[in-house]
Amino acid sequence: MALRELSSLEKFLGLKKPNKYSTQGDKKVPVLQSNNGAPLVGLVTIACHLVKEAKRLELLGDSAESRAVVQQWLEHRVTKLDGCTKEEMKTILKDLNLYLQDKVYLAGNQLTIADTFMYYGIHPLIVDLAIQEKEQYVNVTRWFDHIQHYPGIRHHLPPVAVLRNRIYTGRHH
Amino acid sequence: MKLFVSEGNPHCLKVLAALEVCGVQCDVQYVNHEEKVVPFLSRPALPALLLSSGQHLFSSNAICRYLFEVNGQDSSELCNQWLEWEATVLQPALLEALHIAVVQGKGSEVSKVLQGPLNSLDQSLSKGNTPYLTGKAVSVADVVLWAALYPVLSDSSLALGECKCVKTWFDRGAVMHSFQSAAQKVLQGKGLQGMKSFMQRQPAPRSSQCRDTQQCNSNPAEGDEGERVVSEAEMEAAVLTWSKGLNDGPSTTDRQHPILPQEGKRNLLVTSALPYVNNVPHLGNIIGCVLSADVFSRYGRLRDWNMLFVCGTDEYGTATENKAREEGLTPQQICDKYHAIHSSIYKWFQIDFDYFGRTTTEKQTEIAQDIFWRLHKHDFLMEDTVEQLRCESCQRFLADRFVEGICPHCTYPEARGDQCDKCGRLINAVELREPQCKVCRQTPVIRSSKHLFLDLPKLETQLEQWLDKSTSTGDWTANAKQITRSWLRDGLKPRCITRDLKWGTPVPHPDFKEKVFYVWFDAPIGYLSITANYTDKWEKWWKNPDQVELYNFMAKDNVPFHSVVFPCSLLGAQDNYTLVGHLVATEYLNYEDTKFSKSRGVGVFGDMAKDTNIPSDVWRFYLLYVRPEGQDSAFSWADMATKNNSELLNNLGNFINRAGMFVTKFFDGCVPVMELQQEDKKLLALVGWELQQYIQLMDKVKIRDALKHILNISRHGNQYIQVNEPWKKIKGEDTERLRAGTVTGVSVNIACLLSVMLFPYMPTVSQTIRDQLNAPQSIISTMLQGNGTFVCALSAGHRVGTVSPLFQKLEVDQIEALKKRFSGQQPEDEPPKKKTTAQKAANTQPAAVPAPAAAAAAAEVAPVNGVDPEKAKQLTQAVAEQGDKVRALKTQKADKAVITAEVTKLLDLKKQLALAEGKSPEPAPQKGKKK
Repeated sequence: MALRELSSLEKFLGLKKPNKYSTQGDKKVPVLQSNNGAPLVGLVTIACHLVKEAKRLELLGDSAESRAVVQQWLEHRVTKLDGCTKEEMKTILKDLNLYLQDKVYLAGNQLTIADTFMYYGIHPLIVDLAIQEKEQYVNVTRWFDHIQHYPGIRHHLPPVAVLRNRIYTGRHH
Repeated sequence: MKLFVSEGNPHCLKVLAALEVCGVQCDVQYVNHEEKVVPFLSRPALPALLLSSGQHLFSSNAICRYLFEVNGQDSSELCNQWLEWEATVLQPALLEALHIAVVQGKGSEVSKVLQGPLNSLDQSLSKGNTPYLTGKAVSVADVVLWAALYPVLSDSSLALGECKCVKTWFDRGAVMHSFQSAAQKVLQGKGLQGMKSFMQRQPAPRSSQCRDTQQCNSNPAEGDEGERVVSEAEMEAAVLTWSKGLNDGPSTTDRQHPILPQEGKRNLLVTSALPYVNNVPHLGNIIGCVLSADVFSRYGRLRDWNMLFVCGTDEYGTATENKAREEGLTPQQICDKYHAIHSSIYKWFQIDFDYFGRTTTEKQTEIAQDIFWRLHKHDFLMEDTVEQLRCESCQRFLADRFVEGICPHCTYPEARGDQCDKCGRLINAVELREPQCKVCRQTPVIRSSKHLFLDLPKLETQLEQWLDKSTSTGDWTANAKQITRSWLRDGLKPRCITRDLKWGTPVPHPDFKEKVFYVWFDAPIGYLSITANYTDKWEKWWKNPDQVELYNFMAKDNVPFHSVVFPCSLLGAQDNYTLVGHLVATEYLNYEDTKFSKSRGVGVFGDMAKDTNIPSDVWRFYLLYVRPEGQDSAFSWADMATKNNSELLNNLGNFINRAGMFVTKFFDGCVPVMELQQEDKKLLALVGWELQQYIQLMDKVKIRDALKHILNISRHGNQYIQVNEPWKKIKGEDTERLRAGTVTGVSVNIACLLSVMLFPYMPTVSQTIRDQLNAPQSIISTMLQGNGTFVCALSAGHRVGTVSPLFQKLEVDQIEALKKRFSGQQPEDEPPKKKTTAQKAANTQPAAVPAPAAAAAAAEVAPVNGVDPEKAKQLTQAVAEQGDKVRALKTQKADKAVITAEVTKLLDLKKQLALAEGKSPEPAPQKGKKK
């Protein structure tokens, strides 16, 4: 998974030469063997490195505050979202739904790699949701749909149909 | 900017230390642990930093990084890497360690979870050769890691192994004023105890062993990505484990009956679906329930769980009455006869029940009637008049399975009286269009009779609440969840629990005197009554949901009775029953891509397996290797031979035998001295990883998947021997001889580990390996602890016993002969039978549903292209019936003349059948007796 995400990020960033990765340990943590010096270990670490390499620093956040928010969501992705149980999944979706209530992107007013990697991480959960459940997490769904249609992001993942047309807007008329 | 922290919260130590180190100005507010500071999070999350933009940061690492950035220190890539490692690797281990030390009060066990991460930290520090993690100056990474480790490293009682570089590095931070001040604020000078109230409020961390398998978004295809690299840390951890000694814990072999739940242990009650008594079980039946449950029970005992494994024959119902009529015996005699057959088959398959009982006992009546009265008292029963089908020519009410007709929902022509095999919907027998008695093919008439119903709709809400909990916390196979969901989706309807029969548990209600309980209501109660026949204290298992976890094993056709109907009976009875927590259902096992059929003699039946001269262990191995786990699978003779010859003989057996033979031949039967090199350590780590996978999978009852990891270990072992060539090195100089010794010693110890891992699958082979290696029994209780502890069990100087090959080759002609023998009795020129869509004959005999009688099964033969298919069908039926009659006469040792007359009739019918099928009426070639 992680390796495919990194190669999708490379394509998104327009990096010419694809890097070679290996994995470490039974959780298959990605490792990037660089030419100069020690290898880089960890999905977030490598992702930030690639963004810097491509000189697309705005993807890490455009202010100290939004940089902190980006890092926080990246951390959230690898610590909470990865390997979550069914119960935790519900909490994660609920919280994220509330967070996204008044936001278009996770950090600031533009796309950052927090969106990219939260999208990759949450994709398997969204795939399994029924339409009714998706409607329960309407803000997540809206954000998810937005990110999956953002040019160059989706790459290795299948698109998910998220919204059905509502004929009636409310339950009680 | 405002920082919210709470006392005793270890994460707050990080941010307070970072604040002090950076000297950033910021309000700090102390709040209660439970205070909700971040508006969008449903659980309290502290520390939290309120930014001037109005946003909240809720991750301590992000806060620290921000504080440093505000102070002009951006974090470098190396720094990022440490922060990510801290969050993903160190933190989970630390939380588990703190939980063990602070909540459970077992400080001595902390090193178990922390040693791995500490070792990798130590290695990096020693390699980097700088005073701080990222160079010559303190960075945010140092602050975060210092603070994270502060509680455990400053407590000398935890006995963490010596990591020199970590200690030197840590002491640099510990002396800083910023740290001491932050620690004082958070821990209040109380050390670890200062965190007690915080830790107690945290959910118990998932232990590292099950963390990975509980993922709900794991992707099985992931295994193909990139090659697994064994890290230094993994190797060191493996070597550390290797050097631990054997436990002298209780030997798992002695079991004291009766087994009762114990305080402080996992108490697992394991049941396998009760096989129906009127038939000999086939391989599909065996793998679906008893064998799977046996493997899991044996494994559980190795894990030192307190296990009780019960099963028994399900004996009441129409099918038994019918069989009795056929064989000219009383139902009780039939039950006695077949109960003995079942027992002996399971014994041959080494199914290690704690108790194998039966449902026709006093206790069954007592408990079933008690549950009935309770349901009655709580008003979950309702009375109704039922229209029932009665066959006038057979003079009896027809049980659901004895009537066939057109499905009212999908018009499938061969729907049974209780369920349609095509659309899966439940049917009331009277709703069938054009019903036929399956025995005599006459049209039954409808009669009405008064019956009792279990009011399932009234119990539905309660059931759903319980199901939500059970399916989310327990291990339910995907098919079990899906089948259950589909039942609930259609909405529950009242279900009749009484029947107009004699052979059953009598209904105690005076208004229903002449009736008995319907098997689906009665049979699952067998689990309770069988346990009650095992011990008077059966209620300690069955009315003890807080202490006991119940595992039900079955094939998928039995799921609704265990997930919906029986739980409803127990919920309605309101007597604090233990309900199923883990429902493990297999798919179907086919036979050579067709189905097992008793009437056609197709397939291998339990009593015939031993006549093949293939050892019981090999049967077990192959059945478990093809266990229909997640999808249907097929038993195939050729495949069985291949798996025996490639996996058992050439891989597993070969490795274990070589390891033992080297000790015998090159080292006079004594395990040589081992000096581990890098390569050996790598192997230990690989083997340790496979062992860990095995445990994770077995804990989740993925029996077939776990078996693959055993075979992986012997594959690693074979490669290791092949590369190192001890048989050459033994002839070389001293260093080479030492190398040969190490390789041999490591290999023979892996063989020991394999003997333990094999125990659930192949108990005899497992014991043989230990006997041959003269290995102490205590390895059994040692190796499967925790995440798996692969210790050096046979140290230098240990004397092994006599080593000999474990497995035999299955030759092609032997297998061909078996294949022919079990391929059924139909004439050889008969066109191949079409595969029917329904695979009911290959499944496990439902415990709660009577099986079709043999005669009825023959009618399921798909039509063949012939002159008159309709007539052929009738004749097939007639042939089957006549065959049964002849067999019954033979069993009863009837007069020879009578038998001959009936046989003549049978041959005549067969001739007619051949004609109707458009074949030359040659008599079928005489086959040998099949038993």
